[in-house]
Amino acid sequence: MRGPLHWLLMEMALAAVAARPSMAADLRDLYFGEALYQANQGQYFDALERLDAELAQHHRVDQPELDSLQYHIRQADFSVGDFELRYRMHLRAGRAIKAVLDADVDQPVKNEAAYRLARIEFQKDQPEDALHALERIQGTVPVNISDDVEFLRANVYLALGRPADAVEVLRRLQSAERLKGFTAYNLGIALLQAGHTPEALRQLDKAGQIESGATVTAAIRDKSNMVLGSFMLRSEDYAHAELAFDRVHLEGPYSNLALLSTGWADVSAHDYQKALTPWGVLIERDGTDAAVQEARLALPFAYSKLRVYGRAALLYGQALDSFGKELEKVDASTRSIRAGNFLKALVREEIKQDNLWVVRLRALPDTPETFYLTELMASNDFQTALQNYLDMEDLRRRLIVWQGGFNAFEDLIRLRHANYEPLLPQVDAHFRELDSRMRVRLDQRDHLQKRLQDILTAPRPALLATADERVALERLRRIETALRQAGGAEPAAEEARVQRLRGVLTWRLNTEYPERLTQAHKNLHALNDDVRALQERYTAFVRARQAAVHSYAGYDQPIRRLRTRVDEALEHVDTLLARQGHVIEAVAIDELNTRHQRLEAYQVQARYAVADSYDRALKERASGGTP
Amino acid sequence: MLAYDSNAVSRHSWAASRGCAALRLHAMRKHFFVVMSALLCICARTSPADESARAQMKGLDEQVQEVKSDVLSIAAELNQLEEKLLYPSDTHLAVFVMLAHGETLRLDAVRIQIDGRPATHYIYSFKELDALRKGGVQRIYSGNIATGAHDIEVSVSAKLANGKDYTQTEHFPFAKEIKPKLLGVMLAGPDATQPGIHIGDW
Repeated sequence: MRGPLHWLLMEMALAAVAARPSMAADLRDLYFGEALYQANQGQYFDALERLDAELAQHHRVDQPELDSLQYHIRQADFSVGDFELRYRMHLRAGRAIKAVLDADVDQPVKNEAAYRLARIEFQKDQPEDALHALERIQGTVPVNISDDVEFLRANVYLALGRPADAVEVLRRLQSAERLKGFTAYNLGIALLQAGHTPEALRQLDKAGQIESGATVTAAIRDKSNMVLGSFMLRSEDYAHAELAFDRVHLEGPYSNLALLSTGWADVSAHDYQKALTPWGVLIERDGTDAAVQEARLALPFAYSKLRVYGRAALLYGQALDSFGKELEKVDASTRSIRAGNFLKALVREEIKQDNLWVVRLRALPDTPETFYLTELMASNDFQTALQNYLDMEDLRRRLIVWQGGFNAFEDLIRLRHANYEPLLPQVDAHFRELDSRMRVRLDQRDHLQKRLQDILTAPRPALLATADERVALERLRRIETALRQAGGAEPAAEEARVQRLRGVLTWRLNTEYPERLTQAHKNLHALNDDVRALQERYTAFVRARQAAVHSYAGYDQPIRRLRTRVDEALEHVDTLLARQGHVIEAVAIDELNTRHQRLEAYQVQARYAVADSYDRALKERASGGTP
Repeated sequence: MLAYDSNAVSRHSWAASRGCAALRLHAMRKHFFVVMSALLCICARTSPADESARAQMKGLDEQVQEVKSDVLSIAAELNQLEEKLLYPSDTHLAVFVMLAHGETLRLDAVRIQIDGRPATHYIYSFKELDALRKGGVQRIYSGNIATGAHDIEVSVSAKLANGKDYTQTEHFPFAKEIKPKLLGVMLAGPDATQPGIHIGDW
């Protein structure tokens, strides 16, 4: 496990190199866009669920190149790693990116993949692997990530204990505007680690004066000043130490420590009068803060050095009272944590709407268990444990909802079954009847088509006769037969009439043949349209019929299996939640015990100092001086 | 940590205590440096107890990651089941909402009606709006409709960059076929290159 400095650097690195918002410009896949929407809101479980499903489907299809995700496939592979990392699934993160690195893709794509993999490995606290990934970057690096790559490389060197290499890289990065502050501070730290103390202090001095409106840059500037001031104080260069502490923002996270340190710089320089100002400001601040508590002892100490013993005694008395009250608070906090209230406060929904919800907890009057834990809660290890606890709580809620969902699914299936089962036999019987009628008509149509096709090669006008014409031709045939059998007086005249009539019909059939043939084809096309509509209705019916059965059949086994999996997962989550909660409570109580011991020590010291100051005040008065 | 404890105090006489001011200063300074170092994470060293707690946390962390993987795989299977059961492909309709690239419109609400019937009315939080502005796409509606011709009405309530109210309503016809129907609604303010509401078939 690495030291605190490593964590500090990692924190800095991540703040600076954090993935910029993914833009779905020219979006082709809506579900990929949906995953980004979830991720942009910090809902990484939902984002992963969506993206995993999309990627799985993409890899399952026969022709992935035709799938809409193909257009975003690289971004999707990179994003899934980012989401996994942000969802604190370090063990799984990076698999998709490794696959890109090993795939047959262009070098710029490989370079970006290597950078992203390095970032993941660094966040996983595996700097050796991060460096190995960075070494896979070859040729031209995309401009949008080139500074990030070098900044990450410098941080990896620092984590590996190679500060000289880090210095070299960071020197080149000093002009990178987006990393302003971070590169300056890290260069100072790298120089310190490399043993170049004078240059390191000059660099930290420079980093402590960077002008920027950005909150993160202001925070890194404050941190530079605190580190610089601390070194100056240790080196007994009090004037420069005070100068550095004075540059720290008065409302920032380091302000209390800066005020305390300024006072100490003054006291160390034997300027007790000057120390009264920062410490006087500090004691008015939140009484649970360690720096404020120390100032409550330090301020009367300065007064006593100025021989204002009466004021010192008064302030020591106030400090004694406040330490007593704070001890009660610490004890109340410990009792409250033991009663399980700390964990309840941590999972409160309404405060989690705010990014600084852990800090806000302290402001809630009904969460005394959190008053003393802000610093602890801001620590990296505690944050990991806390986030895991919150993630487990989130999974527990999801699993409970899913458990309830199975009952709803089963109810739905039961109702569908009850609705369709009595209906389907009648529907099927009716369908079979319609199906046979339809088949007859389709056969007729096929027959007609065949006949028309035949006519095209061997014209047969009679086949295109109308119904009336066919009746007339039949009557003429019957008359001819009758005439032949009767054999009357004037058969020739009658036969001639019949022949004439037949001739008229034959003439008409032959002369109108082309028009009739055209009309017949038109009619066939019209029939084809109707047949097509009929077939569509038929297909729709068959699908609807299948869907009816699919809406309630075949779900028993999957639901049973999923129900078992959910039950098992819930059991597992409950166990882990209890263990994680216990660890959090134990760490919190440990922290409170430390604060308790420190307050007790302060109390003893204040109690003694009160008496001492009163004694001195009395002596002073007796000797005619100012008490 | 501190030079004094209660027993020590009781042993001290008042006379002897006078000589202890320097010692107190030393103790306080020493304590100050300890507190400062810890708060700045400069040179704090972890104790064996810390290491043990950290190892315990790491072990738990790995188990948590395994559970997350398991639950994600359950979620995937459950999604498939839900989709099959509630939104079969032949009737599935999904409507997505996105903002045009670089759009500064402050979206308040979107209302969707399908064939004249209300489908959804969504009011956006700041976080959701921010997610849309960063290129995210929101699935605003999932439902079922019959195959054939339909009509969708999209109404938008928003505020422009200059603080003025902006409302817009558009109708779009669409056809539902056998396959799932995905409609993407692109929103843009009046100053955009393609202002208004646009719908695309995906």
